[in-house]
Amino acid sequence: MTPDHGDRMGQVTPASGSAAPVERPPSGTRLDPWLGSYADRTHGMRASEIRALFAVANRPEVVSLAGGMPNLAGLPLDDLAESAQRLVASRGQTALQYGSGQGDQTLREQILDVMRLEGISAHPDDVVVTTGSQQALDLVTRLFINPGDVIVAEAPSYVGALGVFRAYEADVVHVPLDAHGLVPEALEETLTRLAAQGRTVKFLYSVPNFHNPAGVTLSRERRPRILEIARRHGVLLVEDNPYGLLGFSGDPLPAMRSMEADGVIYLGSFSKTFAPGYRVGWAVAPHAVREKLVLASESAILCPSNASQLAISTYLTEHDWKGQIKSFREMYRERRDAMIGALKEHVPDASWTVPDGGFYTWVRLPDGLNAQAMLPRAITALVAYVSGTAFYADGQGADHMRLSFCYPTPDRIREGVRRLAGVISAERELVEIFGTGTGPERRIVEPPAPDLA
Amino acid sequence: MSGPTVLVLAGGLSHERDVSLRSGRRVAEALRSTGVDVSVHDVDADLLPLLDEVRPALVWPLLHGASGEDGSVKDVLEMCGLPYVGADPRASRLAWSKPVTKTLVASAGLHTPRFVTLPQSLFRELGANQVLSTVTSGLGLPLAVKPSRGGSALGVTIVRTADELPRAMVGSFAYGDTALIEEAVDGTEVAVSVVDTGDGPHALPPVEIVTDGSYDYDARYVPGRTEYFTPARLSDEVTAEVCRVAVQVHRTLGLRHLSRTDLILDPAGQAQVLDVNTAPGMTETSLLPQAAVAAGHDLGQLYGAIVEAALAQS
Repeated sequence: MTPDHGDRMGQVTPASGSAAPVERPPSGTRLDPWLGSYADRTHGMRASEIRALFAVANRPEVVSLAGGMPNLAGLPLDDLAESAQRLVASRGQTALQYGSGQGDQTLREQILDVMRLEGISAHPDDVVVTTGSQQALDLVTRLFINPGDVIVAEAPSYVGALGVFRAYEADVVHVPLDAHGLVPEALEETLTRLAAQGRTVKFLYSVPNFHNPAGVTLSRERRPRILEIARRHGVLLVEDNPYGLLGFSGDPLPAMRSMEADGVIYLGSFSKTFAPGYRVGWAVAPHAVREKLVLASESAILCPSNASQLAISTYLTEHDWKGQIKSFREMYRERRDAMIGALKEHVPDASWTVPDGGFYTWVRLPDGLNAQAMLPRAITALVAYVSGTAFYADGQGADHMRLSFCYPTPDRIREGVRRLAGVISAERELVEIFGTGTGPERRIVEPPAPDLA
Repeated sequence: MSGPTVLVLAGGLSHERDVSLRSGRRVAEALRSTGVDVSVHDVDADLLPLLDEVRPALVWPLLHGASGEDGSVKDVLEMCGLPYVGADPRASRLAWSKPVTKTLVASAGLHTPRFVTLPQSLFRELGANQVLSTVTSGLGLPLAVKPSRGGSALGVTIVRTADELPRAMVGSFAYGDTALIEEAVDGTEVAVSVVDTGDGPHALPPVEIVTDGSYDYDARYVPGRTEYFTPARLSDEVTAEVCRVAVQVHRTLGLRHLSRTDLILDPAGQAQVLDVNTAPGMTETSLLPQAAVAAGHDLGQLYGAIVEAALAQS
C-alpha cells in the first residue's frame, strides 16, 4: 500500500513514504481543496437528490411535464438557415464582432414594436439587450440587493428568479396570488407589515401574465392597484413578462410598464415567442437605472451576442413573426386543452388553474399528498413534474406541482397525466396507511436544468 | 492507437441515471488515457442493434439501479455472446437485493445488523402503527430504513425516534414497494473496495467516511459535507479484518472483477456489513477510485487491468 495520500492541490498532505509501515492521514479530504474559499452566497448551491431524479426526464420513455422548453417544431428552419448564411456573408464583420454593451440599435428599435403590442411606448435608449431576460434579472438584483434586503414576490414564484435572489442573499417574502393574480390587499398588508418591522423592501417581483408556475394572469382591474400600492410604499416593480404574447384568447392585456414608466423595470424575452437558443432578452428601465444596468452588463459580459441579436433582428424584419406567435399560441392552446381535459378525466379530486396562455398549470394535490415525496414514484412510472416546493423560498408548496404542457404532444400529455393519476393513487394509499404529514423534510429544492424538455 | 474496443454502458432508466452517466464518463476517460478505444452508450432501444453492428470486444456496464444492477442487462449480454466486466447475472441478482445479500453474508459467518424486510402491503394488512411498534420493540432504535433495492442512499433515512418512522417508511416506499428496516449501528463508517485483475480478489485501502449527518445523496456527490480518510484511521489489525471481510463478501456472493462493501465498525470493534455494490460508483467523489488512488494506482491502468482480466476470462 502506498500511503501517498492527500489533496492534489496540496492542502492536506501528510508525509509519505516515511518510516512508519502504514502512514495514517492526520486529516481527511473533502475532495475540494477550495472548500474554505467559497463565498457565503454559494452555500445554497448543491446538487440535490431531487434534481438528480430529473436525469431520466429527457429519455423518450418518460413523459416530461416538468420542463419549460418551448416547442420549436413550427419554426421555419430552412428559411432561418438561409437568413443566417446571408447574415454572415453580408454582415459578418459586424455579426461576429463585439457590439454595444446596451445592445444593437436596430434590434432595440424593433423591440419597441414587440412591446407596443402590450401598450408599452418607450425610446430605444430605454432598452438594454441582455443574454436572455434571466441576465436582466441577475443585473437588476445585483444593482439593488444587499444581503438581507427584502424582495417581495408572488407565492409561488418563478424558480429561476428565486435562484438569482438567493445568490444575492435576498430575503424573499411571498405574497399570495389567486385566480386573478397577485392579491392587492395581501400586498398592501405585507408591505405595511414589513415597513413596521423596519425591513427594507427593494422591489416587488411579479410575472403578471400566464404566471410560471401558477398559470394565472393579473387582471386588468388589479394592475393599476398593484402599481399604486407599490408606488405608495416606495417599492420598485420588476415586471417579468416572457409569456405575455402567448395568450389563448383575446388581445394581450396592457403591461404595467404601459401604465407607469418611472416605477417599473420591465423584462422581456424572445425565448418563448421565438427561440431560446439565441439567448436574447431585454430590460426597459427608468433612465438612471438603465445607465447602471448597461455598466453592470458590460462588467458581466461586455456585450450581448451580436450574432444572436442580428439574427433576431433579421428574423423580425424578414419573417411574419406575429404570424409565428399566432401559430405558437394555437399549438399551446391545443396542448393546454389536452392537459386540462386529461386532468378532469384522470385526476378529478385534484384542483388546478386553467391558464389562458403560457406553458403551465398549477395543480393542487388531493389532501395529504406531498409532491416532493411522490417524485421518485413518478419517475418509476415514467412521468416527471416539478414539485411545488421549488417555487417558494421558504419550503412551502409540497401540496402543489407544476405541470407544463409546452413540449409534449397532446397525446403524450394525456398519457403523462394518466400515468400521474396512477402515481397519485398509489401515493394516496401510502398516506392512508401511514397518515398525513409524512412527507420529506422541507428544504430548498434546486430547479431542474433549463434543457429539460 | 490500437487495442480492445470497450463499450461502456451508462445511463439507463433508473433513479440513479445521473450517477451512472458520471461514472461512465469517468471510466471512459481513464481508459482512453491509456489508449483503449472506448465508446459510451445508454441502455436504450438503439443498444442491441449497436452491439450487433459494432461487436465490441468487451462491455463495461456502469449502470446503477434497476436493470443495470439486477442482472438483467448482463443476461442480455450473455445471450449476445459478449463478455462484460462485473458480476454475472446470478450474482448480480443476489447482490441487488439487500435482504438476500445480508442473509448470505450472515450465513457465511459475517456480521450484519439485524433487520426485517417488509412490503408495503403488510402495513395495510396488519396496520401501520402496530407493525411499526412491533419493529421498534424488536429492533430498538435508532433504525435505518431503506428500499430493499437500489443505491446512492436514495430513499434512506436514519430514524432516531419512533415518531420519525412513518415518514421514513413513506420515503422508502416512494422508491420501491419493499423496505428494509435494520438496526442503525453507530460507529466508524468504512467502505472497502475489492478488485480482481486476474490474480484473485484483493482489497484496496479502506476509506473512512465522516459526515456531518447521514451519508445521503447530497453528502455522497457534493464535495464538502463528507470528509474521507484513506486509508481509514484504523489499527493494522482492524484494517486487515475489514479487508478480509470485504474479500470474503466478494467471494461469498460470487462477484467478479470489482465490488465495494460498505461496513460499520461497531463500538465493540465488530465489522458489520451494511451493503454490497456490484457496480460501485466511479464518479469524482466515489469511494473505489479514491481507494485506488490512495493505493498508488493510476486509474487508467487499473481499469485497463480490469478490462484485460475480463477479456482473459471470456
